[in-house]
Amino acid sequence: MAELTYRDAVARGIAQEMTRDPDVIFFGEDVAKPGGVFKTTVGLYEQFGPKRVRDCPISEQAILGAAMGAAMTGLKPIAEIMFSDFFAVCFDYIANEFSKSRYMSNGQLKCPLVVRTANGAGSRFGAQHSQSVENWAMMIPGLKVVAPSSPRDVIGLLAAAVRDPDPVIFFEHKSLYPIKGEVPDGEIVDRLGSASIVRAGNDATILALALMVPRALEAAEKLKREHGIDCEVVDVRSLVPLDMQTILGSVARTHRLFTVEENPRLCGWGAEIVSIVADEAFYDLDGPPVRITTPHIPLPAADTLEDVALPTVERIVDRVHRSMNA
Amino acid sequence: MLKTPASDGPRAGINDDIGEERRLAIYRIQVEIRESEQRAFDLFLQNLVKGTSHLSLGQEAVAAGFAAAMKPGDLSFCTYRGHAHTLARGVPIEKVLGELMQRDNGLMRGKGGSMHLTSAEHGVLGSYAIVGAHLPIACGAALRAQYKGEGDVTVCFFGDGTTNIGAFHEALNFASVWKLPVIFVCENNLYMEYTPIGEVTAVEHPAADRAAGYGLERIVVDGNDADIVYRAAAAAYAKARAGGGPSLIECMTYRHSGHSRADPAKYRPEGELEKWKQRDPIKLYRERLRQFGVGEEVVAAIDADVRRRVDEASEKCKAAPPPPLELLTADVYADGGFAWRN
Repeated sequence: MAELTYRDAVARGIAQEMTRDPDVIFFGEDVAKPGGVFKTTVGLYEQFGPKRVRDCPISEQAILGAAMGAAMTGLKPIAEIMFSDFFAVCFDYIANEFSKSRYMSNGQLKCPLVVRTANGAGSRFGAQHSQSVENWAMMIPGLKVVAPSSPRDVIGLLAAAVRDPDPVIFFEHKSLYPIKGEVPDGEIVDRLGSASIVRAGNDATILALALMVPRALEAAEKLKREHGIDCEVVDVRSLVPLDMQTILGSVARTHRLFTVEENPRLCGWGAEIVSIVADEAFYDLDGPPVRITTPHIPLPAADTLEDVALPTVERIVDRVHRSMNA
Repeated sequence: MLKTPASDGPRAGINDDIGEERRLAIYRIQVEIRESEQRAFDLFLQNLVKGTSHLSLGQEAVAAGFAAAMKPGDLSFCTYRGHAHTLARGVPIEKVLGELMQRDNGLMRGKGGSMHLTSAEHGVLGSYAIVGAHLPIACGAALRAQYKGEGDVTVCFFGDGTTNIGAFHEALNFASVWKLPVIFVCENNLYMEYTPIGEVTAVEHPAADRAAGYGLERIVVDGNDADIVYRAAAAAYAKARAGGGPSLIECMTYRHSGHSRADPAKYRPEGELEKWKQRDPIKLYRERLRQFGVGEEVVAAIDADVRRRVDEASEKCKAAPPPPLELLTADVYADGGFAWRN
C-alpha cells in the first residue's frame, strides 16, 4: 500500500498496461518527452521509448483517427485529448466513427481503444477548457464511458478500459490530479459498469461522479453532523455501462434520490438516471428526485464566479436538507 | 503535368513491365466495376436499391490500377464512392449489390448500406461517408504495420472535395512526420459534389499542389489510363514497403454520372461529358489490349463472363430476404448486443 496522487496514478495505470501488453501504445500532444501538460504521463517515454510513447502534432482528428485505425488492425492504443473541450474539434471520430464501425460493419470491425482526457472545472481556465462533457460521450451508442474519482480507481478503471474490447472514453478530472489516496501494491484491475457505495447511509441516496464525489462525501458528513440526515453516497464511476442495480438497490433502502452533477443542467447524466428511477422505482420514492447541477451556463473564468457555478458542499447540504424537510 | 510512361505504345505480343496476365486482370476488374455500377443504377430505377448511392462509372481505372499493384494483406480505405474499390479487392458482386439492396446477403447484411461497404477478409477496412474521416484512420492502420513490422501497406482513396477539409491536412502531416506506409489517392473527377473543385480551391491540383506542404512529391497522373495508374501505384507501394513513407497521388478522372443517385449533373458544361467519354477508361483499355496483341475473342469472353456473373448476382439479390429483425440491436458492443446498463 502506498499513497499516490491521482496524477501519478495515471502514469502508473498506463505503465501497468504497457508492461503487460506490447500492443498497448500511447500518444497525444505533449505527452511523451514533456510528460503531459498536467504531468500525468511523466516517465513513460523514458520507460517505454519513442516507438510506444509518442508526441503528436496539434491534430486531434489525426490523433483519434490514428487510434481508431491502429485499434481496428490489432493494437490497443491509448490516445490523449489534452482537454475534453477539444472533443468538439474531433467529434466525428467519437460520434460517427469508432462508436459505429462495429455496428455498421455487422461486427467485422472492432475498435478497442481508450481516449483519455482532462475534464472538468476548477482551474479558472474559462468556458473552453473547463467543461464537464461526459454527457457528450454518454449519448452515443457504441461507447463506454468512465470517470474515476480516486487514484485507485484511476489505475483499476484504466486497466479495465485498456482490456475492454470496445472504445472507452476515460474522463480524468483535472481538479482531482493533486489529490492523494491509498493505492495497493501490484497490479490493479477493476471492471467497467460497477458503481461504488463510498458511504453507507439510510436516509437518502446521493449519486456523484468524479470531482463531485469528494464534495458529496463532505456534504454527507455535514448533513449527518448538522441535521441528523444519514446519506448514502454512490460513486457512479461508469456511465456506460451503467450500474443501475446498485443505484436502484440504494434507492430501495433510502427512498430518496439526489444527483450531484458538474455538467450544465440540460441532458446531464443525472437526468437519465432520474428518468430510469422514476420509471422503475417510483413507488420506492418518498419524495421527488432532485438534481443538483451547474446552471445551464458556459463556465466563467473568474474564481469567484466559477466557485459558485459548480455544485458546492454548501449547496448540496442546503438542497438535500430543504428537500428532506419539505 | 501528366506523367506519360515511355513504355506505352504498340508493342504487339511483347510482355512489358505489366504483362498480359496482369493487363487482363486490370481489364476484368474495370469491366466488373462498370457492369456492376451500371446494374446498380438500373436497380435504382426499379426501386430495388434504396437510400443513396454514389457510382464510379468512368473512374474504373483508378480502382483497377491500384488493385493490381496490391498484395494480399494490404489494406484499403474507401469513401462513400467505394463500390469500385471494394469490388477491385475481389469482394463478390453479390455481396456488394446485396448491400446496396439492403438484403440479408449483403456484405454487412444491410446494416451499413451503400456508403459503408466493408470486407475485412478482403482487406477493405471500410468505406467512410464523412468526408476526410478515413485519412487519419488509414494512418492508424499504417502505424500498426510500421510498429509491428508487418510489411503491409495501406491505401486511402478519396475525392477532390476531401482536399479542403481539415482531416486531409492533419493526416498528410501526421503520415509524413512518422513516415507511415500509407498511400493517399485523390480521385480528381473535377467536381466536389455539384460545384467544380476549381471554383473553391486555391490551387489548380487540389491534392498534388498541397504535397509540398507535407514534404511529399507532387504526383499527378492520368487516372483514366489503368496502366499509368498501375505504374504510379506500384512505385508508391514499393516506396512504402521499403520504409520510404507515404505518397500522395492525384488521379485525373471524370465521373460519367452525377454525384449521387439524386443528381442528374446538369451543372456540367455542354460537351464535357462527351469529351471525357472519348477517353472512357474501358474503351481506352480495350484499345491497349488490341495494341498488345490480345485477341478480340479473349476480350469478348471476359465481357460475357462478367455480364453473366452480374446477372447471376443481381438475381440472387432480388431473391434474398431482408435482414432479420434481431440484427437491429446486434453488434453495438463487443458482447454482440446493445446493453448499456445492468
